[in-house]
Formats: sequence, C-alpha cells, structure tokens
Amino acid sequence: MENQKIGCYICTGCGIGDLLDIKLLEDMATKESRIPVVRTHAFLCGEEGLTTIRHDMQNEAVNTVVIAACSPRVHVETFRQLEAPLLDRVNLREQVIWVQHLKEEDDKDVFEEDRQMAAEDYLRMGCAKVKKMDPPEPFDDPGLSKTIMVVGGGVSGLTAAKEAADTGYDVVLVEKDAELGGRVAQMLKVSPVKPPYDQLEQPPTAALIAAVEGHDKIKIYKKATIKETTGAPGLFDVKIEYGAGEYSTGEDSTGEDSTGEDYSTGEDSTGEDSTGEDSTGEDSTGENSERIGAIVVATGYTLYDETKLTHLGHGTSPDVITAWEFEQMAKAGNIVRKSDGQPAKRVAFSLCAGSRDVQHLEYCSGACCTYSMKQALYVTEQYEDASTFLIYQEIRTPGQMEDFYRKVQNEGGVFIKGDINKVASGSNGGLTVDINDKLLRTPESLDVDLLVLATGMMPNIDTTDPNQETDLSASDANSVLNLQYRQGPSLPLLKWGFPDSHYICFPYETRRTGIHAAGPVRRPMGISSSMTDATGAALKAIQTVESIGRGAAVHPRVGDLSYPSFRVDGCTQCKRCTEECPFGAINEDDKSNPLFNPTRCRRCGTCMGACPQKIISFSNYSVDMISTMFKECEIPEEDEEKPRILIFACENDAYPALDMIGHNRGILTPYIRVVPLRCMGSMNLVWVADAMSAGYDGVLLMGCRHGDDYQCHFVRGSALAETRLNKVAETLDRLQLESERVKMIEVNIMDSDILPDKINAFVDDLEAFGPNPFKEF
Amino acid sequence: MAEDNTASHTILVVGGGMSGLTAAVEAAEVGYDVILVEKNPYLGGRVAQINQYFPKLCTPSCGLEINFQRIRNNPRISTYTMAEVTHIAGEEGNFTVTVRQNPRHVNEKCTACGVCAEACTTEIDDPFNFDLSKVKAIRKPHMMAYPLRYVMDPEFAKSDAAKMLAEKCPVKAIEPDMEAKQIDIPVSSIVWSTGWTPFDASKIHAYGFGHYQNVSTNMHFERIANKYGPTGGKIVRPSDGKEVKNIAFIQCAGSRDHNYLPYCSRVCCLASMKQATYVRNQYPDAKVTIYYIDLRAMDRYEAFQKKVETDENITWIKSKPASLEENPNTKDPIVIGEDTLTGERYATPYDMVVLATGMETNTALNAKVPAKFVSYDEYGFIVNQGNGLTASGCSTAPLDVASAVQSSTAAALKAIQTVVKG
Repeated sequence: MENQKIGCYICTGCGIGDLLDIKLLEDMATKESRIPVVRTHAFLCGEEGLTTIRHDMQNEAVNTVVIAACSPRVHVETFRQLEAPLLDRVNLREQVIWVQHLKEEDDKDVFEEDRQMAAEDYLRMGCAKVKKMDPPEPFDDPGLSKTIMVVGGGVSGLTAAKEAADTGYDVVLVEKDAELGGRVAQMLKVSPVKPPYDQLEQPPTAALIAAVEGHDKIKIYKKATIKETTGAPGLFDVKIEYGAGEYSTGEDSTGEDSTGEDYSTGEDSTGEDSTGEDSTGEDSTGENSERIGAIVVATGYTLYDETKLTHLGHGTSPDVITAWEFEQMAKAGNIVRKSDGQPAKRVAFSLCAGSRDVQHLEYCSGACCTYSMKQALYVTEQYEDASTFLIYQEIRTPGQMEDFYRKVQNEGGVFIKGDINKVASGSNGGLTVDINDKLLRTPESLDVDLLVLATGMMPNIDTTDPNQETDLSASDANSVLNLQYRQGPSLPLLKWGFPDSHYICFPYETRRTGIHAAGPVRRPMGISSSMTDATGAALKAIQTVESIGRGAAVHPRVGDLSYPSFRVDGCTQCKRCTEECPFGAINEDDKSNPLFNPTRCRRCGTCMGACPQKIISFSNYSVDMISTMFKECEIPEEDEEKPRILIFACENDAYPALDMIGHNRGILTPYIRVVPLRCMGSMNLVWVADAMSAGYDGVLLMGCRHGDDYQCHFVRGSALAETRLNKVAETLDRLQLESERVKMIEVNIMDSDILPDKINAFVDDLEAFGPNPFKEF
Repeated sequence: MAEDNTASHTILVVGGGMSGLTAAVEAAEVGYDVILVEKNPYLGGRVAQINQYFPKLCTPSCGLEINFQRIRNNPRISTYTMAEVTHIAGEEGNFTVTVRQNPRHVNEKCTACGVCAEACTTEIDDPFNFDLSKVKAIRKPHMMAYPLRYVMDPEFAKSDAAKMLAEKCPVKAIEPDMEAKQIDIPVSSIVWSTGWTPFDASKIHAYGFGHYQNVSTNMHFERIANKYGPTGGKIVRPSDGKEVKNIAFIQCAGSRDHNYLPYCSRVCCLASMKQATYVRNQYPDAKVTIYYIDLRAMDRYEAFQKKVETDENITWIKSKPASLEENPNTKDPIVIGEDTLTGERYATPYDMVVLATGMETNTALNAKVPAKFVSYDEYGFIVNQGNGLTASGCSTAPLDVASAVQSSTAAALKAIQTVVKG
C-alpha cells in the first residue's frame, strides 16, 4: 500500500497485560517489525481505546491498524467503526493466553517463555501481513445490468418475474412454450392454501399471467430457448431464440405506444410496428440478445416416465392413466373410462407411483399425496355415487395439510395402506386392482373404472438420469442456459439432478454465481411452496445485482470487495485454476490462459491455491502474504527442543473451533502457529515447501468435511486441498522429508473438545521423526 | 444501522432464530436497513439448541456462524437482544413499533473475559439446556453465543452478591440496577418470525412426561446428545445415569391429534430418525424402536430415511402407543399399545422413551400480533395479508430449517417491496 503507515495497538485487557510481557511486544513491533506507531491500552474495545486509534488515524496519518487483542471473530462491529483502510487482528487472547495454562509438571520459566514466544510470533505475523496488503478496489464495469432473467413461465417463473418487477427491476421472462402458465395453468383446481384448508382453489396462474403480461417492467419471450449465455453476473449476454412474434412487453400488449426500444411488439401485433433489426415476420423465428444481471432458473419438472411402471399396471389397459392425464380429463369435465367412455365413478389412485422406489425415483416428490387427494375430490364433485381409493405407503400431508387429509377422509376417500400386486382388465370393462392391504392384513381386490398413477417430479435441468449422481457440467448435454463457461454449459448438479449446493442452510445457492434455482427444479414441491420459493429466488437475484453493483461478493463472503488478479505473463497454461474453481469463474482464452470473470467469483481463493506459479493474488490475500507471515516466526534451534507446527485453519469452521478452546480455557500446545485461510481450497502447496524450508517440523491443515455430506461453504475447497495434498509427498521427497510431516484433518466448528488431542497426536507423530533437518539452514 | 437513513426505510425483523436471521441478512444484503429484535440474550433461536441437522448430521453452528459473520460485517443491521415488541401502531410504510428491552445487567463493554462467572457462586437452571443442568447466575448464554456478551439472571441481579460481582468486572460492564427500556422505532415494514415452542408434553397425560423420569422429549434429547449439553453428550437416562441401550421414540406425540395439535409438524419423523443415529453412533449395540403413524421424510429427505432404515438395530412399528407406564423398581418406561400392521398388542419396557413432540407456533402463545394487522388460522399460524407485516418461518406453518429459510428469504422481498413503494 502506498504511503502506508501502520499503527499497532496492543490491548492489555482480559489478562493479556498480566500474562504477557507487553514491553517486549512493543519493542518487538517497534524495532523488529518497524511499526511507526505502537501503543498499548487497557481496554482497546472501549470508547477510550477507539478514540486513541482514531486520534492516530487523524493526527499521525495511520491508515493501517493492527489490533493485538482478542479473536478476529470478536468485536468486529466495534473495530469496524474505525473505518480504517486496512485493519487486521492479532489473536493474543483466544489463541495465546486463554489456551496456555501452567500445569504442575511445567517449568514456570519455560512455560512463560513459550507463551511469550507465541504472542510475539502472532504479532510478527500480523505486522508482516498488513505490509503485504492493499485496500481492495471494488470491481466495476460500465456495462453492468440489473435486469433479472427468469427462465420458465410456469407458476414459479411467473411469481419470480412478478415479484422482481414489483420491486422495481426490469425482468426478461423466457418461456419455451407458446403460452405462459406451465402445468398449473392446465390444472382444474389446486389444493387448499388458506384456512380452513379444506376448499380447493382456482389455479393462481390466471391472475399471475395477467399481472406479468400487463407489467411494464417485464419483457416476455415465448416459444423461446436460450442459445447461449456468455459473460458473468451483471454482464450476462443471453442469446434468446423465440417463436415468430412471440415476444412482448406489458407496454406493448396493453396497447400503449412503443417506447422505441429495439424489439418487436407483442404477440397481438405480430410482425407489425417492428422497429428493430431483430424483429421478425410471421414465418421466421427471431433471435435477440439481452444483457442480464442475474438469472432465476424456474424450469419446473418433468413427470417420471409412466411407461416404466408396468408393475402398477401401466400398459395393461387404457384405464391405467397418470395423474396428469386425469387432471386433463377432470379439467375437461369428463371423468370417464378411457377404454369405453363410460363414467369413471370408482377411481383408485396409486400414490408414490414409481417414487420412493430404488428401481425408479428414489426420493419422495412431497406434493403427490395432496395432489391425489385433490383429484379424489374431483371424482366426488362430478359423481354423487363416486368411490375413491387412495393406495399409499405413507400419507405425507405436513403442516396444515393434515386438515385437508381429514377433509378427504370425511368426503369418503378410502385410504388403503398397501402395495398393488396386480392390475387386470375387469370382466365388465373396468379394472381389477389386487392390493395387499397392510392394515387389514388381507389381500383385497378392487373393481375400479380408472387407476391413476401419481408419478413424481424430476427437475427439468440438464440431466438425463435422475438416479445417477451425474455432474454434467462438463458435458454438452441438453442445457437450459447453455453457459459459455470453461467448465461446461450446465449448472453443476447434486444427486438426482438438483442444481443447488447447500440445501439446508442456503437453499438458493448454486455453484454458478448469480444463477438461482426456484421451485421444483431445486427441490420437489407443491404450488404454494413454489410461489414462496420463487419470491425468495427473486430476492437472491436482486441481491446479486445490487452486490455486484457495489463491487461486492455474494454469499458466503458477503460484501468482500477483493477479487483476484492474474499475472498472466507468468502463466504456464496448466489450467488448474480454470478446472478447479468451484464456481466456474475462470474461462480460457485461445492460448489456454485464464480469463477471469470477477463477478462470478466468490473470493474463496481456490484458484490462488491451485496455481503452481503463484500468479493469482488478491490485494489483501496472496501466496506471498501467507508465506511471509509464517516465515516471520522465530524458529528455535534444534537443540532447544521446541518444535514448531504450522496450522492452516479454515476461517469458517476450524478457526472458530480453535477460538472455542480458548473460551472453554482448554489447553493447546505452545508449539503451534495458526494461520487462518479463507478456505482450504486456497491452500497452495508452495506454503508446505516454504514451511519446511523455514524449519517448521510439520504442517497441519484443518478443513471442513468433504465428500457427499460436504460442509465446505465453497463446496469443493477442502476436497481440493486434500487432492493437492496427495501430491505433497513428491515435494517432501524432494526435500528428503517424511511425507507424514504434512497432514490434513477434518474439523467441524463444534470440535473444540477433541481438537487439542488431535493436535497433540500430530505433535507426537512428529516427535518420532525428530526435528526438521532444515532448521539448521 | 447507518444514521443518515431515515427510519421510514427501515425493516423491522421480529425474532432472531433461523427465520428472522435469514430475513434480516437477506434484506440488509440487498441494501436495506434492518433492525433485528430477539427476546433471548442470543441469536439463533431453536436451531442453536439443536445438536445436528438432518440429513447431513452436521452442526447448525456451522451455518449460524456464517450468518453471524454476515451480521457482524454488515453495518445495516442493528440487533436488539432480550427485546420484545409490545405494541405496533400505524400502517404499512409507516409503523411505529414499541420495543421493550429487558435488562441484561451486562452492558456493551463486556469483553466476555469470564472473570465474573468464575467469581460467581450462585447457580441457576440453565434455560439453554431446558433446565436439565445448572449454570452460573452470570454467564455466556451458551458456548457459541452471539452476541458474545454475558447475561445475568434477573433474580440474582437483585442480590448483594450481584453488586459484589459488579465490582469484580475489570471494565465495569455489570449493572445489577439496569432497568428495562422502552423504545419506539419507526419502520416501514415488519417481518414477523417469532418461531415456535415445543409442544408441552406434560399435557399428554397418558404418556406421563414429568412423572416418569426416563420419558423425555425430542428437544431435550438434542441437548442430552450434545457434547456441550447437560450430560456432556453422553446419552444416559435421567433417573440413574445408566447408558441408554434400548430406547423408543414415539412419533406424533400430541400431533395429528384433535386433543392437542391437530396438524403435523413436518420435522419430527426426520428428527427421530436423526436422534436414532445419535444413539446408534454412541452405542454400537443399542436398540432403537420408532413408533409412528406415517413416516414423513418429505421429498429429498427420503434418502435419509432410506439410510437409517438400513440399520438393523432400528425397529419401526406402525402404531400410536395408547399409554406409557413405569416399572417402579427399574424406572423403565413401558410403552403400551397395538401394532397396526400385525394387530398384536405390546407392552414393552425401554431404558428411555423420547416423545417426538411437535411445534406450537409462538404466535399462538406469547408472540401474538394485534389482530388488526394479521389474520390467523385455527392453530394460531399467521396467514399473510400483504399489508406491510409479513410472517415467515414457523409463524406461518411448522417448517424444517430449509423451508424456513425459503419462507424468510421471500418475506425479506415482501418487506423490501413495502419500502420501495414508500
């Protein structure tokens, strides 16, 4: 940082001043680290302490503040008030004085010396760190757009479009069919949504379509597909191919004057009044390009293929139909046997048809129970002498839908817990369904007119086989968005083809920044849940464009203004960064150099960790910065028998867990030096070599759980670190060191009880190898 | 909250559990000022008390820590803990909300150094552990508590001992005389996310909770299984500390039942399956029985049920037990009823029984909104009217964490729309 002037403030409160030799720390900061302003204060987080620092910022031109006090997780709000261009924390409390307690067997002098050395090393690292930092300059681009694109014009997409537009954002809605409304618009009625939860409702789509088509902030493309999506959040350029004239805005379709924008007018005025080059005649399709800020994917679902359900009688008779076919029949007001057109008064519903079944769809679609109940009411509404049978495994009517379940029971719906053993054509034209009734514990034979299979939902996104844990991001499968990303055109998918990444805590996150999934495409769900979901996704899309407008990162490093820069002239085209970025932020140019997209970036530093040439750096986080930090620490001579272990701790989980050891006044060995990392993914193997060369006896990495139940907030960071570590043996061999000197352990945030033992076990292992022979150099 | 913003653009979020936290950070990260009001001395609500989430069996603190980080770093969010809304006046776009902030007896100078707790000799029941253990009368509310500040028991605050402790604090953070404050806050819109309370199991007389020592509830069990909980994570029974090697979970305890809660609380089946894994992971030879009506592992959670079903030491019995009794000698609870699938009657003793009780919305209990602003269903859940007050999370329906996050993210947008309308 130019004209950097560092002020170092050592707090003596909370026992720090009693247990450490503060004078020595001050001297060290002044003389060794050459910090121009060094002060101590008994209560730095109090108003007076803050005033001291402010005074130096105003009168001594201090622009970089090092606070040597408590953990960086504590008093964040307090020190944030200083608005210092650069500020960093040295954790003397939680990681020094609170974890080192004199035990009976300890030599008091040695103990105190070790503790003081730890404090000095942490202070050295803090001072070295800020010298390697520059205040981040937020990314900006004059072409940034805040327009939200919603893909899918069903109930989820319509809701997302309307909600975003109602909040004041321009919306582009892309629908593959000629009409908006999706499946819900084709339904007769929908399940209850309001108390007393016993009345069927009109589908919400008619009102939604009217609102969306009449909205002056929403531009609609129908019969449309996305040919390609280039760019990045805020700067997406989306090429949309749409059906002839199927292209409108609220303004046009309400008959108001065209605003002169370069697109053709609404479907009502096909081909007329076209003002732009993209306008089309009736016979041709059109193509348009839109600059988009963020995307909501609301592409809905496809029903499981009923033809695979022969064990439930599909194909036996035309009277075995899907719930979807039944819905159309009911909507037409004509619930009849398909075989002969006779009234279908006795209707059986097979719930979980192909669902919760390892042979078919493993999961539950969540909505089919209530959906089938609704359809049972259609039958009783049409025929006074109707009989309905719902054959189920478990009835799943969570929350207030339990009231609806009772309603359907009261209306005469017969619920049979059992399996369908056989479906055959009946003697008088209907069907005979053989059921093993598990409650009556008898086989039962039902004569019905129709058997309705309630098939489950599969996400409409870039996948072919829902039971395969496929990640089609690298293939050119049938992609909805056709992303022009180096890692492939599709959204990375979790099991069963769902495109989210943290479906408990952060359900809207995908592994493509600025692209949020909503509705059944991200989790099987019913209609009202989809509408809520779409509203939430609209918020996340808006949040993305607003954050990008400020140059700030989105989840999980929300508000971070830093982003990596690439010194491309040092690049060897190894492609590790472009392959490993969990968010696909980096493309390649035709020479295989990285082409970085700042607005796709989540600032985890995985690219930085991947790069063997150290060409990737943040202004305030770099390979050099971390190396310099741990090299600043004093490594005791071999004969002092004080080993040094370098710990890289994920700052999201492992670091807080280490802090909690302090809060619980646990004990940590004084031989460790902890360096927090943004994510284990940013761990660069250069550090391991550097640490060994510097004389550390071992390196311990603390990352989050990876694998199927990963907890890494950046999805793949800890997994990638582990992969890299497998290569470390090679590095250590070259140095003629035992590869076991470097180890990675999984740490979760609540592990403070077991962490000291894990660390001690590692220290014991190292003891067996003896000191690092590089110490003497 | 930035001071130069007029209050009329502010969003008030009531409740600092997973739902309220979500609504607050999501709205603030779009760029709106948010005031977050929480009645406990810490944020995180029920989720903070949970040992592990299904289906990943990961700790809720992991996700909470990120959310707290988002709050710490965001100057647009101001938080009031130990605070409750006592009155709402005005209308959409122009509410005045009266907030009562109860005395914490520890001011913002607190550094969480712990000197006071070390010196304090008075212990109280620990509400974070459902009174299953003792804690100092001045304490950090729980290990991962945010805000990281101590709190003093209000009764203890009246004592001389409290005054003596106050003098021990090196930064003068302890104020035994601290009084409740009333604050009027003008806001544009309100998100109501006051969460839920576990259904009071003692109301189900036939199950003997409160009389039989070894009959517990699912929320208590979360604390019992937690390594920082009352038993240090050792799953032992309350009567004699014996290891729990044979345990039963009773689903729908008070749920789907017109005598108690007629609705289904959605999470209890999965919670019991999860708790079965707590037992099985701790005691490889333990047996678990789950009594259920329907197993409701909704949508993608089905995979978790499938996984738990592979454990041969877990027995599933479709039955709603009629009653519980206790063997007076062994204190073993005995579960009595009829197996719906086999028709057999059973009376089976266990080391311990856990009642999977449901969620009662706090809007039916202690967090009612004046009726002129909202409409309620029969159970006290709020039905949103689109009038500037948006309920989210378990104020609208019994929800799992992911659905509560979904609901609250949506509520944040509705709140923003009110501000945008002006």
